[in-house]
Amino acid sequence: MTRSLALTLAAVLALAAAASPVWAGHEIAVGLQCDRVGPTNTIGPFLCPGAHDYVKLVNKKGGVDGHRVRVIEIDIKYQVPLAVESYEKMKQEGIVSLMLYGTPQTYALTPKLTEDRIPGTAPGFGRADATDGTKYPYVFPVAASYWSQATAAVKFLLDESKKQGKKVGKVAFLFYDNPAGREPLPILETLARREGFELRTFAVPPPGIEMSAQVLDIGGRFRPDWVITHLFGRSPSVSIKELKRVGYPLDRVVSFVWGAAESDVEAAGWATAEGYLGLQYAGVGQDFPVIQEIVKMYRDEGQAPPKEMAHSVYYNRGVLWAAVHVEAIRNAIKKFGPQIKGEHVKQGFEMIKGVTLGGLVPPLEITPNDHEGGGWVQVWQVKGGKWTRVTDWFKAYPDILQEALKKS
Amino acid sequence: MIHRECGVLKTSYAADMALYPVPLARWTVGAIAAAAFGVFPLLAGDYLLSIANLAAIAVVGAIGLNILTGYTGQISLGHGAFMSVGAYTAAILATRAGLPVWVCLPAGGAMAALVGMIVGSPSLRIKGLYLAIATLAGQFVIEWTINHVTWISGGVQASIYVPRPALGGLLIQSQREMYYFIMTVAALGVVAALNLFRTRAGRAFIAIRDHDVAAEIIGIHIFRYKLLAFAISSFYAGVTGVLYTYYLGIANYEQFTIVTSIDFLAMIIIGGLGSILGSIFGAVFLTLLPIVLRYVVEGIGGLFFTIPDVLNLITNVQLILFGALIVFFLVVEPEGLNKLWRNIKDYFRVWPFAY
Repeated sequence: MTRSLALTLAAVLALAAAASPVWAGHEIAVGLQCDRVGPTNTIGPFLCPGAHDYVKLVNKKGGVDGHRVRVIEIDIKYQVPLAVESYEKMKQEGIVSLMLYGTPQTYALTPKLTEDRIPGTAPGFGRADATDGTKYPYVFPVAASYWSQATAAVKFLLDESKKQGKKVGKVAFLFYDNPAGREPLPILETLARREGFELRTFAVPPPGIEMSAQVLDIGGRFRPDWVITHLFGRSPSVSIKELKRVGYPLDRVVSFVWGAAESDVEAAGWATAEGYLGLQYAGVGQDFPVIQEIVKMYRDEGQAPPKEMAHSVYYNRGVLWAAVHVEAIRNAIKKFGPQIKGEHVKQGFEMIKGVTLGGLVPPLEITPNDHEGGGWVQVWQVKGGKWTRVTDWFKAYPDILQEALKKS
Repeated sequence: MIHRECGVLKTSYAADMALYPVPLARWTVGAIAAAAFGVFPLLAGDYLLSIANLAAIAVVGAIGLNILTGYTGQISLGHGAFMSVGAYTAAILATRAGLPVWVCLPAGGAMAALVGMIVGSPSLRIKGLYLAIATLAGQFVIEWTINHVTWISGGVQASIYVPRPALGGLLIQSQREMYYFIMTVAALGVVAALNLFRTRAGRAFIAIRDHDVAAEIIGIHIFRYKLLAFAISSFYAGVTGVLYTYYLGIANYEQFTIVTSIDFLAMIIIGGLGSILGSIFGAVFLTLLPIVLRYVVEGIGGLFFTIPDVLNLITNVQLILFGALIVFFLVVEPEGLNKLWRNIKDYFRVWPFAY
């Protein structure tokens, strides 16, 4: 009985081995924690396919120096216990790097990643002070943290006002009242002191779909020159609708990166949201060579390109996310040879420079000290039913960020 | 027959009061303990141990809530918050005062017990759904306080990193070391809870659950015992929070939200109200279910669908199955997994006869 079972198993394994393509190098595993059904299910179903498709493209083109990259996706439903469990599962499969998802999960896994020497990336979430690579050696924000987003948003609105010949007197900050939402507060307060504008904060309690009182206060009483919003999930679309309702001009509203996707604007209505501004840490739209290559890859296989692509804000962020990992692995292989481990890929991350994928990725430069890669953003605006680019990649106030990092 | 009471003759008071009068039960408990502490941690890899650790932490919390809800009949929707009280107390003591784990663990529990008593004090006047809402308020007040009082939360990020615990020079770091640590605490929790209901206080809890007016008439100080139930239950919750904190290396209130409170209620309802074994069943069941479902759906889904579809499908099918299985188990046996287990035992008790 056992013998026949073993034989069957061996036969199945042999068949499976014969069916898969032959690779010169070995396989390199990367973990991907995703949330397709949890509270952030407006993001995961578009973000994760982007990452998968980029890796598929890389493998199609021969992998990383002949080594196949395998993405192990596990859905964590935005829950900490599942994130821990799936991380252990991925570790068992021998991942060399991990794509983290969600602020609480990133917090919970940071000590483990450091102990196990596996680098994890947290683009656009996680803690801002993880930028400091000497303090959190195995966590890489790789995209603008909430602190960098705060400085960039303020720089943008000061510049815009200057262009229009106006002074910025009052700024409202409408934010989701959780640790991720409150993270930029100290930076904004410092900026308000430095630039001499009055900052007033308006907290939206979870689950963030009821904010009429706060918005009425902004539009009716405080009447700021600009509104910066920092909301998650369903609340950005609510904020667009509410601000429109009280008659606040949406072209004076700048959203952080998680309130600036097609789905947010769609839920509020494209016509309603006309003029709404948003920060982006990856390029938007499909006019990038890498996106076109993915489309071609699908066409060559006789398939339609994935429909997730239409949600280009999150899809492109997924591409950026995977591209950074692939690049780190490439660097690691170049330096340490094919038998790489997490600690090698960590150093691979710290050598990333000049990977722009034709403008989809900002001019990242990740160093052992700076795990954020600069903290670049672009500002995009809703115009005529789509997101259009307003500024090129920029960053601001490095001194304030440095000081905050030193203090934390 | 070793599995029946008949023939088990008690000749002393001690024998009469034993936790497990039937020899088979004693042997089984011994075997399970030996497997849990001796065999399993040596054979299992890091992955299995990590699942076991999460399940064991959940067991402590579920027992705590069952003491309050299942045994004393007081519902609480604030247990997630009590866990965060324990978590932050331990984190603050460990980082700012540099206290060792054997101080932080009970201190986290004690602080949670104190807060639990305050949140539970309306239970004298209100019961049932009304008490649920009162404790729900406690959940939100505690969450808000931790989020906004930076002295507690250690900054706007509201999270405190905690060094790995050390017991007498031995650093508890790997999954295996963590397993021994967590299992020891969980085993202590189980034994303490089993014995609690053989004491005066435990009997008083059950009397209050069954009929509080009658309990008062026979001389049970209702308010004192209700608060005591809240305190003991919150102590368990606090210890759960401390275990999470040491296991993850960080205290963060975002993992102890209202959803956590409801999850723990689901555990004891599925496992069986008013039963320690039921709490264990429920906690293990709810911890394992999403993981097992993932394997099943991935395995079967891979045969019929392409990979991108599977990824989208798995997660959604998991959610549907998760709900369906809970309904299924509750319809099959409304009194929970514990009753299901008792039915099986009762069948074999008289086996091979039907009655």
